[in-house]
Order: sequence, then structure tokens, then C-alpha cells
Amino acid sequence: MSEPVLRLEGITKRFGTLTANDDVTLELRQGELLALLGENGAGKTTLMNILFGHYTPDAGRVVAFGHELPPGKPRAAIEARIGMVHQHFALAANLTVIENVIAGTERLFSFGLDKSSARAKLKELSARFGLAVDPDARVGDLSVGERQRVEILKSLYRDARILILDEPTAVLTHQEAEKLYATLRGMAEKGLSLIFISHKLHEVLAAADRVVVLRGGKVVAERRAAETSKDELAELMVGRRVARPQRDVQAPGAVLMRATSVDVMSSGTKLLSEVSFEVRAGETLGIIGVSGNGQSALGQLVSGLAKPTEGRLEMLGKEIQAPSPRSFVAAGVGRIPEDRNADGVVGDMLIWENAVLERVRGSEFSAAGFVRRTPSRAFAQTVIERFDVRGGTPDSPIRLLSGGNMQKLILGRNLATSPRILIAAQPTRGLDEGAVAAVHAEILAARRAGTAILLISEDLDEILQLADRVQAIVRGRLSPAIPIGAADPRRLGLMMAGVWDEAA
Amino acid sequence: MDALDIFASAGLWAAVLRIATPLIFGTLGALICERAGVLNLGIEGIMTFGAMIGWMTVYQGGDLWLGLLAAALGGAAFGLLHALLTVTLGLSQHVTGLGITLFASSLTYFIFRLSVPVSGTPPTIVPFQVIHIPVLSDLPFLGEAVFAQTAPTYLAVALAIVIAWGLARTPLGLAVRIVGENPHAAEAQGIDPIRLRIGAVVFGSALMGMGGAFLTLAAFNSFFPTMVQGRGWVCIALVVFASWRPERALLGALLFALFDAYQLRLQHIVGKAVPYQLFLMIPYLMSIVALLVMARRARVPQALMQPFRRGER
Repeated sequence: MSEPVLRLEGITKRFGTLTANDDVTLELRQGELLALLGENGAGKTTLMNILFGHYTPDAGRVVAFGHELPPGKPRAAIEARIGMVHQHFALAANLTVIENVIAGTERLFSFGLDKSSARAKLKELSARFGLAVDPDARVGDLSVGERQRVEILKSLYRDARILILDEPTAVLTHQEAEKLYATLRGMAEKGLSLIFISHKLHEVLAAADRVVVLRGGKVVAERRAAETSKDELAELMVGRRVARPQRDVQAPGAVLMRATSVDVMSSGTKLLSEVSFEVRAGETLGIIGVSGNGQSALGQLVSGLAKPTEGRLEMLGKEIQAPSPRSFVAAGVGRIPEDRNADGVVGDMLIWENAVLERVRGSEFSAAGFVRRTPSRAFAQTVIERFDVRGGTPDSPIRLLSGGNMQKLILGRNLATSPRILIAAQPTRGLDEGAVAAVHAEILAARRAGTAILLISEDLDEILQLADRVQAIVRGRLSPAIPIGAADPRRLGLMMAGVWDEAA
Repeated sequence: MDALDIFASAGLWAAVLRIATPLIFGTLGALICERAGVLNLGIEGIMTFGAMIGWMTVYQGGDLWLGLLAAALGGAAFGLLHALLTVTLGLSQHVTGLGITLFASSLTYFIFRLSVPVSGTPPTIVPFQVIHIPVLSDLPFLGEAVFAQTAPTYLAVALAIVIAWGLARTPLGLAVRIVGENPHAAEAQGIDPIRLRIGAVVFGSALMGMGGAFLTLAAFNSFFPTMVQGRGWVCIALVVFASWRPERALLGALLFALFDAYQLRLQHIVGKAVPYQLFLMIPYLMSIVALLVMARRARVPQALMQPFRRGER
């Protein structure tokens, strides 16, 4: 066994009363691909930010290639040949690839940037590691996959020997992710040492040599990838057995929502183009796609925020002429918006206010222009109890809730009124395993009760578990629907890449 | 003389360069701050202070260049204050900038009143003289229009070219741009966004101070408290007009100066038939129109007005 190239010893980091990392010790060996597995809030990203010098630890030290790194100095990490690829890319969109790569690599007070030799070096690295990208393209014009390659190239350009990737596949399609892991494996074989952060079990098992599991800021287990299983890792990660609920077979009812060749335009660009779909009572239609392909526009269309410029949108058998969010809510459409913090809740308002906000004009919650507080609070209390929202009372500000509990409240305020149609846009984005299971159970319960559900998601597993039929969304267009029985990750991946005919 | 004949006089074009000079300094200064991600609305006050401190240095017996240096240092000091508040503490850049303008202007009047006795005619100094560039100034028309200016005007034009080149082609320029686009990207590359922003604001503010000093040391020979007359705000607009590019800032300043020089001469032709205040509006009106055309396509630094706090993303 080779010497460790990197050691983290007894790292502890506190934010106020929260201990994000508690005495974490970790080793990375040369040529190794190590996965750091854990739920949201387990302290993975904090740990990597300490390693890279973005944060200063309260205790512990980082040793790279036998030398201790001074805390809180990204420059020292770079000089120790450690590179980091952030989950939210650290790129300047208005600058070119080469400018992003060479910024900070030359002495600040010197004349002239040596772009031509930088270009040559970049091309050589691209070829050697299979990371094709045009050095002179503006980063803002690149696809997400290409931007990630730029991020990796940035580190390689500085001769990184250790590479840290924070949730590298969060924004990639299935195929792109597989390609990335093949690239990472190739890099490990060429002698680089890599750590990647993930909460996706199948990726960790397929790609890593070794898995370190973090829970509540502590290392709870370490396994060789070849000697563990998905179930064992899930249990280690969550701390208890978690089974995602399964969908049962039932015959769908009448069509409650139907779109026929709908276009949506916004300031001259076509956001949706000839979109057709139908959702029946007691059925879930899954819309799968990589983010940024028109999901937001679709979510707005079906919640009354965007108007069809062409085509027909029918709800409960009637064509919608002048859509508005209020008329949709009144007609019995429940909505879980894509960005819960921006569109789902008003953070500084109280939980009960948020619970009744959508329907505060109804006689149930207001009278003569005044809000009826008692029934409103009672409604919030009901939602809290029935949907197991933890961390607040009706009178606490909603921003104090965790993402999962906030999502349960949003789900609850919709489902408590038994909507005919439920629009769920990325309902479990950013939630951890426990909360995902709870949200899934509620969506399945609504389906059993006969609600027509439109589920927009980027998560293959979620679609496979919840949907009855699937359509892919690619650049504002929808593929034809396929039954879930005919869907597998490979075929869905192809559909998400826009290959519909060959996938069929 | 006809309204169009004005354009044929070399005097107009000489005046354009002279009127543009403080705007070139100020716009370059504001542009550098903004390229690094900091809006500096302190410009109006900083220019006023620069005008006073530059004049005062010379009035007290200092050399003209020493006056210009004093204005640059005074500007830099207010820049440092702005940077400490907006970059280090991350306060609102709008509010802080306006506060700096009010503070710098009031301090200017205070110092001026304290040192110069009240009198009907303000005291004067001997300002920068026109330098005729050998050979070039003998060219017909062009010689008189372009190559017979005071030293600070030549300096302003040279600075615009140097800054354009520096931003595009040097490691420091690239560092400034990446900090203004995405400070987290800069930090990940080992650049310290906070130090770089402070440096950019201090340097940019020094240029603003010099722009103010041009008014008292070259354009006029005395100081009066209202002399900056909104030129700082014009510079802020010119930065947008220029799409944050120094070479276009130079053009924008010249264009605005052209409107201003033109309306001054137009006043003489039209005479008293029309109130002259109407002509005073022309440059501002024209700059709004120009902004409407240009600003829609402008590429704003993505991190402009976003405070950077270490360890937050």
C-alpha cells in the first residue's frame, strides 16, 4: 500500500452551536479514487472547504505530501498541488475559457499575458485527459458538461496532483456522468489522487475505490467499494434503514389536464415548443430532463404564470383562456414550485401565514377583508401534525425550517385540500434520504386518492419510482410518452439527450 | 455663423478635448471600481474634494503637479474609506457612495471656508498652460484642435489607452475582471478578491480626484464649491454607455463634451431669443438618448454591487 498523499487529522469545525465536522480523520493514497458519501448537512462540503483553505478549522490539520498546510489559505492549497472543482462552478461567464484558466497563475504585477503558451498547454492537457473544450470560447456559451471540464482543466493547468470534486454529477445527464467517471478513472490511473463528494449510492459503488461515510459531521464508516452494497451504504449514511415507498398498480381515471401543441414565448425566445401531454386522475406523469431545458417554463405554464402563445391547454375538460395563478388554485391545482425559497414560501413570514397564503382570499381564511387568524392557525397546525413538519410552530418564521420540513409544509398545504391536480416541480431537490422518502410517500398517497400528478424532475430514480408514464424535456420540446415499464436509466438518459427515435 | 458652421471651427474641437478631460479621468476611475465589482457613487464628492485640494495646494505655493498629486491622494483616501465600508464590511454600495459624496462635499466647503477668507472675487492661481506639441501642432486644423492642450489632457488620453491595454492584456487586468465577474472564481484561483477590490477602488478614486483637480488647475483658475456640477454623475452614466470598456469610455466622454461645447456656442448664435437654460439641457438629454441605445447591449460585470464575504457562497 502506497503512502498517503493527503491526510486530514482531527478536523473540527463549528458554526455557532452547530458542529459541522467533529474530529474527522481521513487519508487519501496516490492513484486512488475516494468517495465521500453523506446526506445534506453531513459536513462533506465543509470538510472539503477546510481542506482547500476556504474555511479555517477550529481544530485539526491538513497534511499534503508530507507538509502541513497553513489553514484558511486557498493559495497554499493550490501551491501544494491540490485542485478543487466546486459544485457551483467557480467560473466567470463573461470571460473566455483560457482567461478563466490562467487568472491568478502569473505574477500580478507583470506585463503581458502569455496566452499562446497557455493555449498550447491547455490543448495538450485536453488531449491527454480527454477533456475537449475550445480555449477561446466564452464560458457563458458553454454547456454545463463543458464548464465542468473547464473547472477540471483549471486544476490540471496548475499541475494539481490531488483533485477534489464536490457533487460533480449534480448537474449532468446520466451519460455525461458516466463519461465523467470514466475520465476520473483515467486520471487516477495516470497517478492523480481524487476525492469526490456524492450522495448518490450507485455512482459511489460504480466509480470509487474506497468509500468514507460521513454522518452528522463524523466519519461513521469506511468501506472498499467492492466489499459493500447499496443497502449497507444507505443505512450507514442515514443511520437507520430507509426504504423509499413503492408505487402500486392502479387504473387511471379521466384526463384532468391536457396540453395540445402548446408554445410559450418570452421576450422573443421560444421557451416551450409544440408541447403536448395529458395527465389522468390517479396517474403520475413524469417529465425528466436536465435542468435548463424548459422545466421552469413548463412549471409556469401549468400553474398559470405563463400563457400559451400557441396551442390549447385544457384543465378539468375546459380550455383555459386567461390563466392566472389564482384561477388555477381556485380550480383545485396544487403546486410545489421548483425553487421553494423563491416561489414557495416567504421566508420572513410565519408558518401559518405561509400555510394560508395561496387561499387567503377564500371565506375559510378571511372575512370582510380581514384575515381570520384562528382558523388559519388551526389549519397550519393540522398541516404540521398530519405531514410531520418538524422544527417550528404555526407562529415561527418559516425560514427557520430545514429544506425538507419546508417542503413538507408546502406539500401539506396543497394536499390538505385534496387537489384534483398536483404540479410537483423538483419536489425533492436538495433533500436528504429521510425527507425524500416522506415526500414520495405523500405524493403516492395523493395518487391513490385520485389526484392527477405532473412530476417534473431531474432525478432518474425519482421518476422510475413515482411515475406511471414518462416524457423527456429537451430544449423546450417534449418527447412522446413511454410507459414506465419500458423505461430504464439508459433509455431515459438517451431521451434526455434528445435521442427519441433510436431510444424507442 | 450658422448652427452647422460651428463644427468646422477648430476652436470647438479644442474645447471638446478640454471639456472631456475631467470626464475621462472620472469615467476611467468609476470604470475601474466597477470592473472590480464596486459601484462608487462617491465620485461627485471626490471630484469636488480633488478640485479644492488641488487648487489649495497650488494656492499655498505648491507646484501644479504637486496639486494634481494632492488631488489623487485625497481621492485615494476617500476611495479607501469607501472600500473599507463596502468591501471589507460589505455595506450597501449605493448608500455608502452617496454618503461619501455628501461627506466629501461638506468637508470640501469646510476646509475651503476655513482657509480662504470670504470675498466677492475668489482668489486665483496660475493654471496649467497649453502645450503646443512640436510639428504636430503646426498641422492645419488638426494642430489647433488636438495638439494644443494642457498636460493633464494628454495624460487623460494616454491613461485611457494604458488602462484599456492593462485590463485586457495584463495579469493584473485579468485579475480585476475576474473579481468583478465572480469573486469566488477569483478566490479559487488564488486571487484575494478583497485586497484586489480595495486596490481598484483606491486607484479609481485617485483618478476621480485628478478629474476634479483638472477643473481648478487647468480649465479655470479658482475654486468655487458648486463647480463639479454633476460631472460625477455623468461619469457614472458614461461607464454604462461605454459598456465598461475604457476605449469606449474615452469616446463617450468626447461625445458628451461635444454636445456641451456645441450648446455653449449655440447659445451665442441663437442669442437671447431662447432661454440659455434650454441649451444647458442638451448634453444631458443627448446622453440619456445615447444610453438608451447603448446600455441595452451592455455587458455588466456579473458581480457588480455584490459584496464578497469569505467562506460564503
